[in-house]
Amino acid sequence: MTVAGAGARVGFLMLCHTALDRAAQVARHWAERGCPVVIHVDRRVAAAPYAKLMADLADLPDVRFSGRHACEWGTWGIVAASQQAATMMLRDFPDVRHVYLASGSCLPLRPVEELAAYLDERPRTDFIESVTTEDVGWTVGGLSVERFTLRFPFSWRKQRALFDLYVELQRKVRFRRKMPDGVVPHLGSQWWCLTRQTLSAMLEHPERARIDRYFRKVWIPDESYFQTMVRMVSSNVESRSLTLSKFDYQGKPHIFYDDHLQLLRRSDCFVARKIWPQADKIYAAFLSDDRSRQAVAEPNPGKIDRLFAKAVERRTKGRPGLYMQSRFPNANWENGRTAGPYSVFSGFSDVFENFEIWLSKASGTRVHGHLFAPDRVHFAGGEHVYNGALSDSAALRDYNPKSFLTSLIWNTRGERQCFQFGPGDDQTLNWFMAMDLNAQISVISGAWAVPLFHSNQNFSDIRREAARLQKLEQEFLNILRSPHAKARTRIWSLADFVENPMEPLQTIIDEIGPRQGRRLTEAPRMADLTGFGQFLQNLRNQGMQPVLMGDFPVGDDPKPTSTRRGRPYLVK
Amino acid sequence: MGLINSYRLRWQRRRLLARAFLHRRDLTVVADRMASVRPQPILAFVTLRNEKVRLPYFLQYYRELGIDHFLIVDNASSDGSREYLAAQPDVSLWSTTASYKGSRFGMDWLGHLLRRYGHGNWCLTIDPDEFFVYPFCETRPIRALTDWLDTTAVRTFSALLLDMYPKGPITGQPYREGQDPFEIAQWFDSGNYMISRNPAYGNLWIQGGPRTRTFFADKPKLSPALNKVPLVKWHRSYAYISSTHMLLPRGLNLAYDEWGGEKASGALLHAKFLDTFAAKAAEEVSRGEHYAASAEYKAYQEGLSKHPDLWCKWSEKYINWRQLEILGLMSKGNWA
Repeated sequence: MTVAGAGARVGFLMLCHTALDRAAQVARHWAERGCPVVIHVDRRVAAAPYAKLMADLADLPDVRFSGRHACEWGTWGIVAASQQAATMMLRDFPDVRHVYLASGSCLPLRPVEELAAYLDERPRTDFIESVTTEDVGWTVGGLSVERFTLRFPFSWRKQRALFDLYVELQRKVRFRRKMPDGVVPHLGSQWWCLTRQTLSAMLEHPERARIDRYFRKVWIPDESYFQTMVRMVSSNVESRSLTLSKFDYQGKPHIFYDDHLQLLRRSDCFVARKIWPQADKIYAAFLSDDRSRQAVAEPNPGKIDRLFAKAVERRTKGRPGLYMQSRFPNANWENGRTAGPYSVFSGFSDVFENFEIWLSKASGTRVHGHLFAPDRVHFAGGEHVYNGALSDSAALRDYNPKSFLTSLIWNTRGERQCFQFGPGDDQTLNWFMAMDLNAQISVISGAWAVPLFHSNQNFSDIRREAARLQKLEQEFLNILRSPHAKARTRIWSLADFVENPMEPLQTIIDEIGPRQGRRLTEAPRMADLTGFGQFLQNLRNQGMQPVLMGDFPVGDDPKPTSTRRGRPYLVK
Repeated sequence: MGLINSYRLRWQRRRLLARAFLHRRDLTVVADRMASVRPQPILAFVTLRNEKVRLPYFLQYYRELGIDHFLIVDNASSDGSREYLAAQPDVSLWSTTASYKGSRFGMDWLGHLLRRYGHGNWCLTIDPDEFFVYPFCETRPIRALTDWLDTTAVRTFSALLLDMYPKGPITGQPYREGQDPFEIAQWFDSGNYMISRNPAYGNLWIQGGPRTRTFFADKPKLSPALNKVPLVKWHRSYAYISSTHMLLPRGLNLAYDEWGGEKASGALLHAKFLDTFAAKAAEEVSRGEHYAASAEYKAYQEGLSKHPDLWCKWSEKYINWRQLEILGLMSKGNWA
């Protein structure tokens, strides 16, 4: 203890409005450990509970009650209450050197002696978060400097529409209040710990009447009055609060419950707010004198920060790709339409035999057949039910295809899904997939003609089917080529693809990528295309115009002989 | 949503409230202990018929969550439910022999009780086979949740109705009175739910789960709705439209975030598929007192004879709410 601070004490101001029994408990804790307490109770609290609080604490000589103000959130009442309580504290307890502003739902996390010793080492320091309006990122409603320059006659909580309208109107007409000389707006947490010198300089400031009059009309003055004033009277401001107080994205304080006990033990703050009044375990643990239990954990305040930052992120951004009863984003607000990357292959299983098996081996991923086939969902391995108990019923899938796909990708988080797609499948999700950043869509256009070429149908049926599929695929390709499409898309015509299949395959596999840098050594077996050019010519002769497959001159059949022999094939 | 529609919905709400008011005459007081309830209670509202075997555990579960008082309508039970409930110190009981169907499946009765006793309080409206799970429910009583909802000015809290089922035929393990039903029905479907928005009332319409997978795979439109809004800070002008699936005024159904974020939500574990179910299905089909002439129960009877087992290899075994949160079936939102 320094000489200057010998016998100096820390006094607490408590602003209370609910759970007065808890406030009484905390006040008693402080008072019994040599800290004077001045309590302010909101004027809106009824007489009976107020009288009970006074009676509960009547045996403590160092507890005082200050004049009552109505403290509606965001209004001047809270500042007036703090001023009056502080005046009383300085007047009645001359040995108080630091004054700590707390609320009725605050709780000391570390023993008072530690706080006293800490303040004794810093007898001239004012602990108050005080940041210029340009530098705060946390103000709610986008109002920071405007808190000081506009008027706020309407209640934000009860008359929100009028509040917003009036703000907008003042912005339109460029209305600005004039600030008193010397006032440089600062904002910060309303919970501070100031020295007697600083606090009395504020309370006895020659300009106080004028400044108070100005701040009466500022919005949420409890976050700006002391924070601004302190810059005018103190030269030793440490801009941080000794009170642990976390706010959610709406500026409401997070509440601590019994299950936060370990977390609070690891905080290095002296006081925490706000505690749920019925958190019996927390109150019992921190108000007891059994310090051996409190000292066990190493301080780790970052853990609390992370917990609450994560909560805010979950509330504002959510988990990408999740659709559930409390998250159902509007189109383009999904923050990720699906939960993870997936690959769509159109035409590949027509060009190659057993493409699924080959791809699964080459890429190490889960490869499905045609998930959107008309007969049923062709899950990998012919499963009837898949991850998350997804059914293979086509009726269920078609009832809500978007839920089907997003559920599949969500259920298999961490494992990339690949599936086959084609013009013969349900086309409902074409836009959805094309607009999905997670989709990797590879198309061999016109490949649907290969199974037709091999089929044993009457030619007129083949011709009709070919026309239908070509039209559907053309629509799909138009969507993929739209400027709005976000999916990673690759399109080859069948003719281009069969000429050099290994390079596109390598590119796709590299992108899927769990075995990066690996070269493909084994090619999938390509379907026999001997006579395919003639087949297309026959379609033309029947009046159909097959265009999507590219150029296949009659008689000049592609010869993918190297792959058909199945010997190792290396791409340099 | 135009003016005309708003006006139409307002009249629909008034009609619902008027119905509830008329149906108050169906109810006879058996035990009214409302005078002894603490101020600002958290209330549970239940309609039931012949559920004696479930009641001891049901009451125990909700007492432990911190429900202060149960308001129960007994619809002509003959198994001793009424006598049992009448003897409970925290139950106020009404009885009726009127038609369940005629009172919109009990909602008119509960609507009356909600309006009369629920105004200004947090009200949980549930069936005796529904068990409410919310974030942190193991460590925080339900009042912690309602206090938090109050501070964030939220009036409704949604929950997914999560069908739970046993492994093997549902008649395999008999349910004993007082037993935790989820010792038997431990399994659920984790990711086959279908969601769309209902433009008429602004609520989400959720279907799926084991019932859809096994009984309604070829007629999905008929599969039961799983979206529920069971917990509401009640106001006398509110009305449930169909079961607790949705409410009027419409704004109350907006318990989901539309801009990518997650609001906090819970689940109702549905202990329907116990050995008691087969008997219940048979009874309900013959009574025809359920929705759409008990069509749902007919489908179950038919389905159960074909697939007596709801379990599949992708079924998930229930552990706790955190598991449901990770699976995306409920959310902590910004409650930490």
